[in-house]
Amino acid sequence: MKSRVLLIVVMAAALAVGPLVSIAQAAGEIFLPILTYRTGPYAPSGIPIANGANDYLNLLNQRDGGINGVKIVFEECEMQYDTKQAVECYERLKSKSPVIVNPYSTGVTYQLIPKAPVDKVVVHSMGYGMTASADGRWFPWVFNFPMTYWSQASAFIKYVGAQEGGLDKLKGKKIAHIYHNSPYGREANPVLEELAKKHGYELTLLAVDHPGQEQKATWLQIRRLNPKWIYISGWGVMNQVAVKEAAAIGFAMDHVVGNWWTGTEVDVIPAGDAAKGYKSMAFNAPGAGFKLHQEIFTHLYDKGKGAYGNDRSKVGEALYNRMLINTMLNVEGIRTAMTKYGNKPLTGEQVRWGFENLNLTEKRLEELGMKGMLRPLRVTCENHEGNGMALVQQWDGRKWNIVSDWIEPMRDVVRPKLEEAAVVEGKKLGYTMRDCSKEK
Amino acid sequence: MIYREAGQFKSTYATDQAIFPIIQDRVVVLGAVVAAFLVPPLLGSEYWLQAVLIPFLVYALAALGLNLLTGYAGQLSLGTGGFMAVGAYSAFKLSTAFPWLNIILVFLLSGVIAALVGIVFGIPSLRIKGFYLAVATLASQFFLIWLFNKVPWFVNYASSGTITAPGRTVLGIVVTGPNATASARYVVALSFVVVFALLAKNLVRGRVGRAWMAIRDRDIAAEIIGVRPLRTKLLAFAISSFYCGIAGAELVFLFLGSAETLAFDITQSFLVLFMVIVGGLGSVLGSILGAAFIIVVPIFLTNVPHTLGIALSVAILKQLELMVFGGLILFFLIVEPHGLARLWQIGKEKLRLWPFPH
Repeated sequence: MKSRVLLIVVMAAALAVGPLVSIAQAAGEIFLPILTYRTGPYAPSGIPIANGANDYLNLLNQRDGGINGVKIVFEECEMQYDTKQAVECYERLKSKSPVIVNPYSTGVTYQLIPKAPVDKVVVHSMGYGMTASADGRWFPWVFNFPMTYWSQASAFIKYVGAQEGGLDKLKGKKIAHIYHNSPYGREANPVLEELAKKHGYELTLLAVDHPGQEQKATWLQIRRLNPKWIYISGWGVMNQVAVKEAAAIGFAMDHVVGNWWTGTEVDVIPAGDAAKGYKSMAFNAPGAGFKLHQEIFTHLYDKGKGAYGNDRSKVGEALYNRMLINTMLNVEGIRTAMTKYGNKPLTGEQVRWGFENLNLTEKRLEELGMKGMLRPLRVTCENHEGNGMALVQQWDGRKWNIVSDWIEPMRDVVRPKLEEAAVVEGKKLGYTMRDCSKEK
Repeated sequence: MIYREAGQFKSTYATDQAIFPIIQDRVVVLGAVVAAFLVPPLLGSEYWLQAVLIPFLVYALAALGLNLLTGYAGQLSLGTGGFMAVGAYSAFKLSTAFPWLNIILVFLLSGVIAALVGIVFGIPSLRIKGFYLAVATLASQFFLIWLFNKVPWFVNYASSGTITAPGRTVLGIVVTGPNATASARYVVALSFVVVFALLAKNLVRGRVGRAWMAIRDRDIAAEIIGVRPLRTKLLAFAISSFYCGIAGAELVFLFLGSAETLAFDITQSFLVLFMVIVGGLGSVLGSILGAAFIIVVPIFLTNVPHTLGIALSVAILKQLELMVFGGLILFFLIVEPHGLARLWQIGKEKLRLWPFPH
């Protein structure tokens, strides 16, 4: 009987005091939420992302006392890459008035896009999310610079064309797209199809269901089809299985190209030497050889404050670097807004202005210690994609190496298609197009 | 002697057949419903409403549906997620194809569509029972999700394959879409739970419910006394899927705002089944209590260390949460295998004797 009473007490406590949230936020600080997934099936991708954000923000607080002297407060919320938990996280962190949110999941981005204008929060989905949201006239609150999935797919075709000796040589060649069967994975399909019509390659679309551990059937089809090139849009555990399977059927690894979420250390290391030669797209350079990393080592890791503890070997991994860039872009967006509104905590609208006027020059990148890590970037009211370019990186068995120049995406194909999609997606949400020429 | 029945005489059939024959119960339940309608929208923060109470109500409705099927009619089903998906996708198709259609009507119609699908997948229940039936209904879970993933018509040919809830109004108040306030969504979700809990309660007290219970307890005996098994079982599947379908539509329209098929995967089916088991099989109240346990306790566990100011990394927190939650379920089922509803029943009996226990 005692334990029953205990049970009732536990239940009552859970229901009564349950989700008490401390809404204590000191004045004069900027709050940045971080949605993370350090656990669950996507943890291998989630951990470096979360650590990258922590290290960059800690570095700014330690070294500069925040952004232009305004302290940054940040908090992680674990959502396991699950949209329902992400909604809970978002609502919890929303009470602390964040100005930017990085969903780090295309599914969650789709959740937050309709909410952003209502809650006045900038959604920055860096290189993921809804491609159509790159049209700032329809989606004022969503940014996906430096590049969208569509631009990426077109850059991939351009790269393949260059390897084959010209885009006209693609005619009759077989290209397979293996994708995660979710909004994220499907995102590249329309552009690949469009370019297939234009350049005459044979496109095969092969879906892999969440979470992607089971791919035997897909690779059986690949064996039968025997394509010249394979493009993979995977995430988390799906990637390493794909790389292993490609190696297992003896496919030429240098003709397997992942998108930029399918090219991390954890994807290739489990396959061992078989992964040698595997390629992936990227929009940033890998490695820990940049000035920024030295700063992170001196200001954080030497003092035992690094997110990885004492393990420096993981600093500079693909996703870690990508999150450094993501956080840097957010901070630079805020900094741009501060040039107009002053060095104080800003509102969502002000930060949005900062994002739309973000002009990241080569000089600024050098000051940040990120020269060569990313291309200079310019965001405008119409173009929330910026003018980013893609790279191709290749795994040599120990680390990623850049094997291409910066590839300009086929903007003449992507942009009109994107504007078309923006009208459809925008109308779905009941938006109207704004006139960018009237805004400063 | 809080539950003092002395002096409460039943002099008509109507009072004898009342849902809550004791006046205390009537007062408490009515008070709770009125409070549920008034207090959270007035006092609750947006976080409470949007992240805690709305999912709780949505899952309470789904648990009610499954409890009718599994708890009352004894048909073990693992297809809940699939039926919820049917409701969600029908609601999306209906509301986009007929924008003038009242959203409440859309919910009800999507429930009807889910019910029809439920009947189809309920047909095997005539020949197979128990775990075998659970495996058969599992097919509906996988088939339906696959279908919605495969056929672009269901998502209006959106390249991403997500469905987004459009903004719709009831009596001039926006209740769905991003512009709806959390209070408005909450009131809609609560109304559905209240109305359908009442309906379920009446259903299981009547001829239909008795037939279900007869089938559950011994189907051959039920057949001999004149219960038609196929019709009864299919009716259970239909009504259960109707509830689950509405819950699925609500999940997208009132809680998530937009969703992909992943939102209705197999874990949803398990989640709702756990709610029914923890809450109490064959109990309307149990479905609601079970939903509260499964939805609210994890959120509680996540927030406790935070509120107490204990700094732990989020990954450890999450793992702790899962461990404690799993432990709680185990502890719970050992102490009270009949679920939370049984606890409430025991509590009531104690209160009847209080303060003189024997």
